[in-house]
Amino acid sequence: MTAISLRGARLSYGDRVLWDGLDLDVEPGEFLAVLGPNGSGKTSLMRVLLGLQPLSSGTVTVAGGNQAVGYIPQQRALDQSMTLRGRDLVGLGLDGYRWGLGLRNRRERKIRVDAAIASVGATRYADEPIGLLSGGEQQRLRVAQALVGDPTVMLCDEPLLSLDLGNQRVVSELIDKRRREANTAVLFVTHELNPVLPLVDRVLYLVGGRFRVGTPEEVMNSRTLSELYRTPVEVVRVRDQILVVGAGACEEQTHHLTAEAAS
Amino acid sequence: MTIFDLLELDFVQTALIAAAVLGLVAGVLGPFIVTRKMAFAVHGTSELAFSGGAAALLLGIGVGYGALAGSIIAAVLLGVLSRRESDRDSVIGAILAFGLGMGILMLSLYKGRTTNKFGLLTGQIVGVDSTDLKLLVVSSVAVLAVLAFIYRPLFFASVDPDVAISRGVPVRSLSIVFAVLVGVATALSVQVVGALLVLALMITPAAAAMRITASPLRATVLSVVFAEVAAVGGILLSLQPGLPVSALVTAVSFVIYLVCRGIGAVQRRST
Repeated sequence: MTAISLRGARLSYGDRVLWDGLDLDVEPGEFLAVLGPNGSGKTSLMRVLLGLQPLSSGTVTVAGGNQAVGYIPQQRALDQSMTLRGRDLVGLGLDGYRWGLGLRNRRERKIRVDAAIASVGATRYADEPIGLLSGGEQQRLRVAQALVGDPTVMLCDEPLLSLDLGNQRVVSELIDKRRREANTAVLFVTHELNPVLPLVDRVLYLVGGRFRVGTPEEVMNSRTLSELYRTPVEVVRVRDQILVVGAGACEEQTHHLTAEAAS
Repeated sequence: MTIFDLLELDFVQTALIAAAVLGLVAGVLGPFIVTRKMAFAVHGTSELAFSGGAAALLLGIGVGYGALAGSIIAAVLLGVLSRRESDRDSVIGAILAFGLGMGILMLSLYKGRTTNKFGLLTGQIVGVDSTDLKLLVVSSVAVLAVLAFIYRPLFFASVDPDVAISRGVPVRSLSIVFAVLVGVATALSVQVVGALLVLALMITPAAAAMRITASPLRATVLSVVFAEVAAVGGILLSLQPGLPVSALVTAVSFVIYLVCRGIGAVQRRST
């Protein structure tokens, strides 16, 4: 069964069309990266898949609905004095949406939460106040929070943002491990493809109402991106990295990618 | 009279029961209020409880019902008008100022005894009669029952709203329901410690508890203990010297807060 399916999907705000005629199937176990400049509708696509934003036209199906989705948000500085431990954050991913106090099956719950924490290697700091942990440690716990509910689909909204290269690798490998072991479909919104390039099966590239879906080789080349951006764009492969060098339209992209290649 | 003679008195016993019930409700709600950064909203709601109470006094209805109506209206207004978090501060400020002004107007129109006026601001727990006590107990049970039902999703929405939304938690509706619960609890507290000192029961004990533990469960238990110590202890201390209850409730509460801040600072240094 297809994990995510969009048919003739259109999203527009007034006259502004973010995307139209979007047909997309993400299969179980597939890793799809969603790329595009700011304002191209990456976040809106995520909101559509989470059921927070209705489509202007077309249909969307996510296998299992909200409860089967594991969502990993951007790493964001948490309040240092927050009364919350990593263990509590992960537990919320398991049953936080259920009504009531949740006093039953405490033991079984603890086993599942412990297992999720151990699977991301966060056991050592799972009982510390979460606000005192590093960004990388917090994001590992975020992965555990998404995994503990045994999702069929993982929606990742720039989960590597503001992490250093080492932690980017750890977090993306944890996500990759999950989809290989449990056949979970991954939809990964990012503006930096390189950290996840070895993991990506297909790319959805959104630019100013146009889009292209395909393997990284099919999409990340000078001809395709020039068509999408409607301006000459040069795509260069340096070792394992893809560099996009463009005129104006994709300045942001260029900046990020070259900065990364240099490091 | 010794303190033991005082404890024999009916109105003292009623006051102690009322304080114990309030301590429980305030202690349980407190950690949510602190996490959701609603201290100012509680203050605003309590001002409107005061205005509602003043209106009831003027109309000759029970002050308790007036206070209840005032805070629930305030809670719903705050929930509906402050859709964005960035709006909340200014919305509360605007409503608070207007509500307080109306309350003062209505008090000035009231021709009854002045002790009644004073009581709305500083609390009059020794004036709680058995009808008030019944209203207080029934409302408190209702608040705790609703809170128990929405506990997990509310906690999720309070500490991790983005992910809570993604799992289908009705974050916005929950925040309005919670605001109403806070409104009811505030209205009840107004009777005991007065509009101006509600924060001493609703915020300070929770803020103190959250200084010394990162476990949400432990924070809630400690918050209840601290609120009970402040509410019941404050009354007991006020009996013999005949000092205002509200002054001692806030003092006890504040001392607990200072001690917890100290403990928290030591804990952080050692880790």
